[in-house]
Amino acid sequence: MLEIKNLHAGISGKDILQGINLKVNTGEVHAIMGPNGSGKSTLSQVLAGRETYEVTEGEILYHGRDLLEMAPEDRAREGIFMAFQYPVEIPGVNNTYFLKAALNAIRKHRLEPELDAMDFLKLVRAKLKLMDMDESLINRSVNEGFSGGEKKRNEIFQMAVLDPKLAILDETDSGLDIDALKSVAKGVNTLRSPERAMIVITHYQRLLNYIVHDFVHVLSVGKIVKSGGKELALDLEAKGYGWLEEPVSPVR
Amino acid sequence: MIETIQETENYISSFASFEKSRRASNDSAWLNELRRSALDSFLRLGFPTTHNEEWRFTSVAPITKVPFKLATDARDPGSAELMSFTFGTWPGIQLVFVNGTYSATLSSNPAQPNGVFAGSLAEALEKQADRVQPHLAQYASVSEEPFAALNTAFVSDGAFIYLPKGCVVEEPIHLLFLSWGEKSESRVCHPRILVLAEANSQARILESYASLEQGVSFTNAMTELVAEENAFVDHYKLQRESLEAFHVSTVQVQLGRSANVSTQSISLGGSLVRNHVNAVLGGEGGEATLNGFYLVNGRQHVDNHTSIDHAKPHCNSHELYKGILDGKARGVFNGRIIVRPDAQKTDSKQTNKNLILSEEALVNTNPQLEIYADDVKCTHGATIGQLDAEAIFYLRSRGIDLESARHLLTYAFAGDFIHRLKIEPLRLALESSLFARLAEGEEER
Repeated sequence: MLEIKNLHAGISGKDILQGINLKVNTGEVHAIMGPNGSGKSTLSQVLAGRETYEVTEGEILYHGRDLLEMAPEDRAREGIFMAFQYPVEIPGVNNTYFLKAALNAIRKHRLEPELDAMDFLKLVRAKLKLMDMDESLINRSVNEGFSGGEKKRNEIFQMAVLDPKLAILDETDSGLDIDALKSVAKGVNTLRSPERAMIVITHYQRLLNYIVHDFVHVLSVGKIVKSGGKELALDLEAKGYGWLEEPVSPVR
Repeated sequence: MIETIQETENYISSFASFEKSRRASNDSAWLNELRRSALDSFLRLGFPTTHNEEWRFTSVAPITKVPFKLATDARDPGSAELMSFTFGTWPGIQLVFVNGTYSATLSSNPAQPNGVFAGSLAEALEKQADRVQPHLAQYASVSEEPFAALNTAFVSDGAFIYLPKGCVVEEPIHLLFLSWGEKSESRVCHPRILVLAEANSQARILESYASLEQGVSFTNAMTELVAEENAFVDHYKLQRESLEAFHVSTVQVQLGRSANVSTQSISLGGSLVRNHVNAVLGGEGGEATLNGFYLVNGRQHVDNHTSIDHAKPHCNSHELYKGILDGKARGVFNGRIIVRPDAQKTDSKQTNKNLILSEEALVNTNPQLEIYADDVKCTHGATIGQLDAEAIFYLRSRGIDLESARHLLTYAFAGDFIHRLKIEPLRLALESSLFARLAEGEEER
């Protein structure tokens, strides 16, 4: 589904990613862990199409197509979803209106009929329940005045509504209390399916106690220095990132 | 000074023939005297230059260079043409003016119960002078403001609205001013509106200005709105004249004890627009709301000068002006708030926010607070910004295309002004103007 080859990328002349290689197949859940500044967020932003990041080398193939050539909205319409580490507050834009516009843009692209207000509301109510979210939240402006936990839940809620093929969660667990963490994890686990792949980017092992993942990759100074099964996450929790300072060739 | 005299020459000769015709129609002496003294003020003041601090960012030179002819004749628009300015079918009283002169045939003005009057100012000057005279030109500083003086020098017609004590007019009143000129001849008109809302009365009034023809015209409008004790007036001014029109306006609001007036000023059209909105809180417990919105493109220039005078204690004022500027448009906002020495417990909030959609649009914003009382709450804030790149990316990352994302955010910016408009047809018209303007802007981009 997704193939990242020798990806080098940075921002304002500063190299951050220095040769990332990663292959994600349909149905897999990959966790990417790493200390602050290792390039986790840069990777997710580049995947979502943030133009402030410059790709200097390498390529990304998504279903065999050159992802880097695609505009952010085209990536979304082709099934890529990124849950933001810091969801943006958009005063004056109603959450429901925004999400309906987004869903219908995606459905139109898939040649599916657009949802009317009634069907949309039905869908939204079901997904709100899944995320233990209060209905009043979606009638407010996008993320405006939301608590940190509400913002993160809103991201997963949007993911549930938009039904992506590849979901990238950028530190969705940071700053969450245990209840919010559990509902985020519940949302993610419910959305797990053989048709969908996920990349869970996190600083902490904690989220991985709740999310069933297949692979763990460790990012350090812009490279994946170690890959393994789920036990790797536990090692990291126990030993910290210090033991990884000596780069190790990635396990395939 | 010599320059000033030359520029006003055209108005002096217009006035001479105007005065002659008014004397011929037997206007009252007080009215002729009012005009004559206003003309003297205008000639003394002259047209302002950019050396005048109040006019620093707005040059009226383009107005002074055109030899405008005072509009005395007018053509009536057809009903289909009229429909495009009347928001479909207006539910309430609708008075139509062409080049400032009342048209009974175009207006829809059923007789009002309880002594309410809404009609031609010319008629009121003739038949209700005792009601008009004590208020006309008594509030705006005609002796200090050249355009107010000019309007008053030529005062003859416009609208007079009289709300007797305790009267509530349920449906909004629409005052539609159509300017009509010809390519060969540029015309000026000086519409005048006087609203007298007696104690405990209530009404909602929309003034709208539009052009019947493309071409250079000059509208110099002036409104005086008097809200006596506990009166409630919700006032709107929509300016959507042609993109070649010059428009200068003065809205002078006088509030009595516990009166509540909100006035909304919307500027969409015009090449050079200057709006003055002045409110005087002249009784305890009054509340004034001055909101504004400007949506400009190309080389349009819109200047909003507002002033709120807290003359008495325990008054509130709220002010929100929002502007969206594209192309090479220029916006000016000057918000003056005066809190007089005995206006304790004043609560005043002023906000001016500007959204710049192009590289070359420009805004000058200036809050001007003069506070002479010590127990007051006054806040002000101004912002000039572009669309939030992070928000655009967020919307795009959810599948919304760039153009739609820009539109959504621009609409959201205008939203908190638009949603406050209590006249639904006006709100819908403004929304569609905004969408049309956004689509035009995208084409140019």
